[in-house]
Amino acid sequence: MSDTNEIEESTTDAPLALPLDAWHRARGARMVAFAGYVMPIQYDGIMAEHLWTRESAGLFDVSHMGQLILSGEGVDAALETLVPGDIAALAEGKQRYSLLLSEDGGILDDLMITRAPMGLYVVVNGAVKWDDIAHLREHLPDEINISHLEDRALLALQGPKAVDALKRIVPGVDTLFFMEAGSFFWGLEPLWISRSGYTGEDGFEISIPAEHVAEFADLLCAQPEVKPIGLGARDSLRLEAGLPLYGHDLDPATDPIEGDLSFAISKRRRTEGGFPGSGRILKALANGAARKRVGLLIEGKMPVREGALLFAGADVVGEVTSGGFAPTVNAPIAMGFVAAPHSASGTNLEAEVRGKRVPVTVTTLPFVPHHYHRKGAAQ
Amino acid sequence: MTRYFTDEHEWIDVDGDSATVGITDYAQGQLGDIVFVETPDAGKSLTKGGDAAVVESVKAASDVYAPVSGTVTEGNPALADDPALVNSDPEGEGWFFKLMLADPSELDGLMDAAAYKAFVAGL
Repeated sequence: MSDTNEIEESTTDAPLALPLDAWHRARGARMVAFAGYVMPIQYDGIMAEHLWTRESAGLFDVSHMGQLILSGEGVDAALETLVPGDIAALAEGKQRYSLLLSEDGGILDDLMITRAPMGLYVVVNGAVKWDDIAHLREHLPDEINISHLEDRALLALQGPKAVDALKRIVPGVDTLFFMEAGSFFWGLEPLWISRSGYTGEDGFEISIPAEHVAEFADLLCAQPEVKPIGLGARDSLRLEAGLPLYGHDLDPATDPIEGDLSFAISKRRRTEGGFPGSGRILKALANGAARKRVGLLIEGKMPVREGALLFAGADVVGEVTSGGFAPTVNAPIAMGFVAAPHSASGTNLEAEVRGKRVPVTVTTLPFVPHHYHRKGAAQ
Repeated sequence: MTRYFTDEHEWIDVDGDSATVGITDYAQGQLGDIVFVETPDAGKSLTKGGDAAVVESVKAASDVYAPVSGTVTEGNPALADDPALVNSDPEGEGWFFKLMLADPSELDGLMDAAAYKAFVAGL
């Protein structure tokens, strides 16, 4: 047998170990190379881990991601020259999803930006973090300091019971709403915690010194709600939640409007512009993009995966960028880009898999409703 | 009936010139949750080492190669509705396809159960 569509993304260099390497192995994880690191792809099995996260709480090690602090006089205005979000309006403890854009408006990375006491706390994707840091250093003025928090691990605790488990260990975290963050104490140890994640569920992301992360992860997994979850389920959870994965669904050839991420272009920036590619992007925002990221429901049981072409009759009208079996939906699902005339929900297309045509239907994202703990929403 | 194993983690039960093929318990463990199996149709001619079937887990699609040459007599119809049979009973109810051997001498050099067990232990 040979894998034809493996999740592994090996780099030319030998993959590096993360702080929880031994911890994962001791819990029976199968380890794979991903984004330059050795990471757990699964423990008990992707299906069981996925479903556990949707009904209880899953602990994910996302320490491969880059944690940065940007600080210095004028940091908001400086960062706004590189991203389309309203950074100036970000109050302390508020978090925003944004995009690092190239000169022509292509997406170099998607990232989270939070106003922290020390500056702007930024979390970037592991696979491109070194490119991101180089890009920021090249384009931000010298007086802006970029601090890469390499001595910190990052955990995500996701699922409807994440709050019950975490507040037992870190009192007060339940006061956070979705996309808020703050400093909390675990004993005497300060942790930076946000109420966010990438599964579509309520949950938290916890930045913690690497030297303490194993003890903290042990404590979390001692809670009856919590089990460790690997990268495999992280991928199927985010796909069901309609969330794009950088390097697969988003890349430098894709702009935010094509990527269906126009929400990341803040209102003030829409009128003022001044971000990379703002001419192209604001024009596409007004007139529509030539192609669009959409969800695809698949007929039958055969998964349709990344790289499958999408047809309307004999014409190629798009391509799948993420796809697989969705445990909560209990069917194969996919995400991809299709030409604008074929992007309306309900449009019937065909995907080609191993030379065979499979009927698919364009649908709105997400596939599974989000369950975020939003401020002002009915609880 | 004799059971042979390949280094691609397939098993072959041979009875005269007919054979049944599946993947081993080790293989299903490596793949994880099986969500789809594409078996060859009856009448299809397979060449040793060529594509024979596709098995898909949640995360990936993997090719299954023909361990020997022959003509397919039946794909396992039960896998269409219940692909997880490959996880629960890989070396029994979770078989992939049956074929008529084209050249029984191709079985020479395949492993027996003890040799395969040693092979897996060395991985």
